[in-house]
Amino acid sequence: MIPFDYRRPDDIGTAVATVTGNPRAAFLGGGTNLVDHMKLGVAEPELLVDVTGLTSRDIERLPDGGLRVGAGVRNSDLAADPLVRERFPVLAQALLSGASGQLRNLATTGGNLLQRTRCVYFQDVTTPCNKREPGQGCSALEGYHRHHAVLGASRQCVAVHPSDLAVALAALDAVVRVQGPGGERTIPAETLHRLPGEHPERDTVLEHGELITAVDLPGLPFGPRSRYRKARDRASFAFALVSVAAALDVAGGLVRDVRIAFGGLAHKPWRARLAEDALRGRPAAPDEFRAAAEAELADAQPLRDNGFKVPMARNMLVSVLTELSAEDGAA
Amino acid sequence: MTNLLSPSAMGTDRVRVDGAAKVTGRARYACEHPVPHPVYLHPLQATIARGTVRELHTDDATALPGVLTVLTPFNAPPLETGTDAELEILQSPEVAFRGQLIGAVLAETPEIARQAAGLVRARYDREPHDVTLSADRDDLYAPEVVNPSLPTDTHDGDPDAAFAAAQRAVEATYTTPMLHNNPMEPHATIAIWDSDGLTLYDSTQGVHAMREVVTSVFGLEPDQVRVLAPYVGGGFGSKGTPHANLVLAVLAAKRTAGRPVKFAVTRQQMFSFVGYRTPTIQRVRLGADADGRLVSISNDVVEQTARIKEFAEQTGVPARSMYAAPNRRTTHRLAALDVPVPSWMRAPGECPGMFAPEVAMDELAEACGLDPIELRVRNEPETDPDSGLPFSSRNLVACLREGARRFGWDRRPRLPRSTLDGGWWVGTGVASSSYPVHSAPGSSATVRATGGGRYEVLIGAVDIGTGAWTVLTQIAADALAVPAERVDVRIGDTDLPEATVAGGSSGTTNWGSAIVEAAREFRQKFGADPHPGDELTAGMPELPGHERFAMRAFGAQFAEVRVNADTGEVRVPRLLGVFAAGRILNPRTARSQFIGGMTMGLSMALHEESVVDERFGFVVNHDLAEYHIASCADVASVQAHWLDEHDPHVNPMGSKGIGEIGIVGTAAAVANAAYHATGVRVRDLPIKADEFLEEAR
Repeated sequence: MIPFDYRRPDDIGTAVATVTGNPRAAFLGGGTNLVDHMKLGVAEPELLVDVTGLTSRDIERLPDGGLRVGAGVRNSDLAADPLVRERFPVLAQALLSGASGQLRNLATTGGNLLQRTRCVYFQDVTTPCNKREPGQGCSALEGYHRHHAVLGASRQCVAVHPSDLAVALAALDAVVRVQGPGGERTIPAETLHRLPGEHPERDTVLEHGELITAVDLPGLPFGPRSRYRKARDRASFAFALVSVAAALDVAGGLVRDVRIAFGGLAHKPWRARLAEDALRGRPAAPDEFRAAAEAELADAQPLRDNGFKVPMARNMLVSVLTELSAEDGAA
Repeated sequence: MTNLLSPSAMGTDRVRVDGAAKVTGRARYACEHPVPHPVYLHPLQATIARGTVRELHTDDATALPGVLTVLTPFNAPPLETGTDAELEILQSPEVAFRGQLIGAVLAETPEIARQAAGLVRARYDREPHDVTLSADRDDLYAPEVVNPSLPTDTHDGDPDAAFAAAQRAVEATYTTPMLHNNPMEPHATIAIWDSDGLTLYDSTQGVHAMREVVTSVFGLEPDQVRVLAPYVGGGFGSKGTPHANLVLAVLAAKRTAGRPVKFAVTRQQMFSFVGYRTPTIQRVRLGADADGRLVSISNDVVEQTARIKEFAEQTGVPARSMYAAPNRRTTHRLAALDVPVPSWMRAPGECPGMFAPEVAMDELAEACGLDPIELRVRNEPETDPDSGLPFSSRNLVACLREGARRFGWDRRPRLPRSTLDGGWWVGTGVASSSYPVHSAPGSSATVRATGGGRYEVLIGAVDIGTGAWTVLTQIAADALAVPAERVDVRIGDTDLPEATVAGGSSGTTNWGSAIVEAAREFRQKFGADPHPGDELTAGMPELPGHERFAMRAFGAQFAEVRVNADTGEVRVPRLLGVFAAGRILNPRTARSQFIGGMTMGLSMALHEESVVDERFGFVVNHDLAEYHIASCADVASVQAHWLDEHDPHVNPMGSKGIGEIGIVGTAAAVANAAYHATGVRVRDLPIKADEFLEEAR
């Protein structure tokens, strides 16, 4: 850890300008990931700009039945919100499946999305890592990669994104609101995170100095019929081996609409567009769910030690959709 | 036979004497002792696994305001060398494993020390390293003895011929991974040199054991060194012998002109230099007749040690005494690798060495068409198969029967993969448990009358969270025939009478026996109404029964396992253990020891694994986010019960050690239950979801 300056500006504009003006500045939210990285030497900001008092801690109703979640809303507050639980249970379930109670009490909505991979090589400055230091090489490719990507990886990086929240947001077509030096812009949650390609050092499409201010959840009539399932090595306080966020709308035994995203499979939350397209208009039946899952996972390229993720993801999607369709029929 | 102490305070449920201080934060752990003007140490660690430190560039570090000095192999004070290469740090630039201590920064704050350590640049001459354990290496060797000083190999009869001729046979290779002790309190030391000598506040399992080593390494006399450890946040064996961190703190304190040096090891550093359990590869062969009576037992063990110092875990030892068979063999072979020095971790030998044979017994039960409990009952020996001596007490069968009754074993479906409940395959399993009754000479105790019917009992024992402090109070009370409220036991200081290390589940036997002897002699000399200030010191008497009997505690571990049909996730909703461990001296602290051990066994079964990246030569999952230990949510129902076992031979209290047996056999019970749930036999720990997803392979 190196010495750093700490500031608490009075408004978002000043915060954005301050970080924009200093390439070694970073926004500080709950600090549950960044401060660890500072201790480990993985991150070495010389200036922390604390935004926890600046971004909204409110959850507002939107006219379309959706919600606007301030970037400062703590994970535990978001998970406990009655409207979230009623309209988007997948989101509350995703949050509660992550971290621990103590961490959820600190971690913010914006910060959760920007947490970085748990790849052991990324987190250890004594081992090569392209994400930490481009050009060093990827230690995980031939190393300890049981938790790593089976979809969308590159030779440069096989890391996965660890956020559960981000997976639910990708499935829900959430929109991330960002304040930057040039003003505000919006980014679909599904495209906030990148695939590694040749630039694994970039987790997201955000530019330096851009601050997440809120996340919009558009109204989704079948949002109440949504679910998050996470497979992990221990029952709590473990990152996903595979997770599935899904919402399902069934009418007359046919899939009218569906939203699916996977976690634990890729460098970003993996929105399963192929599976969704395969299912719309088809019977809501396990065979169909299985075929759709297989279509989505057909391009999976497992590493030496993580081939289990492919059948795990398939089985989980089939189960989750089967459960949701039963729920739907009962409603 | 020992004249057993009549129990009054012993056997009662007493709260910990140190409990209130701990939960209110008043208990001071090693680094929390208030010392004037301390200096903080942050270590430098090798980032190669084998070679030589060519240069250490320390200019940037020493230029940082607040940095006092940087210790390196090129400027460190000399040590007495030639006895323990693990401890003889900074005496040469050679690197024997990655993470080895190669220096230290001393600074005014821990933050400055850590920052400065990051500024030191090392240049190495690298040599190829070898950290890969396998059973087919051509350089495996037989150590002279295995821990602590047991025969490396044992042979009885002709196990190979008997195995070849057996009507029922199981032959399989089982593995347990490298495991790291992770007590709540990482290792920590305050070292102070002044005109009187050296004072150490250390997180240790034995103040006298630490003093002995420190005097040896630094060429001191015992009266020049005082070690204090009033409260210790766990150890699991890793604080039973001194490690290089202690030596580094003392070395550093030589350079601070009397200022105290504080060295608190970080969680990540614990994966480098404070010991660990070796990975084991165990080839087990069991041969039996058609009725399940064993004719041949063998366990051929391969494990690792460090190139610079040998530690040979006694993994094959439990197979020597568990079951009757005329033909038996156990062997140990080691690979000496460029790795940190392995050491004690809760139930060394017994813990890994009961995993493989107890899973093999489950496999043999199936091969014989027998219930696994019945198979064990049929192979109950009359005397210790290893020594030929009678057991002072052996109640394995009673534990199995009582456990079966409590667990509901009779409702168990005979065939595996019989129960699917809500998307989870459900199964149950059993395994035997055992741990020897260790004793060692070297403890003594002082009893002192303080007036008003009160007594002080002094012994340099250490309570690492076991409840020893409380139990010793109960023992002393009964030995003096007074209520426990009238006894103050003082521990954790080399100024108190010498005591053995808190290890091998032997503390109560050794320290308790010394206290009982001192109390008896005190009463003989001073009577029932002594004057304030009357005091007497006595050593632990010989325990003659230990020559005439084989002594072990036994137990039976039962597990219920659920394996998710979709994901292969493994959960353990229920563990139940029944133990026969002599007289239980305090049911509250004993239960905590048993269920703590069982929980650690569950963690070993499902979670714990130190992953070594062979290219770099070190444990890459070196923190508690990546090295999983069972979380609260993983530990559902854990029940420990015990039989009232009368054993007049073990010690004056009639007690057997209980600190380690809880972890023995648990992982086998879980693996056996996972097999019963799914029909998938897992022989390699930890048991992961991957194993149950058929298409993964």
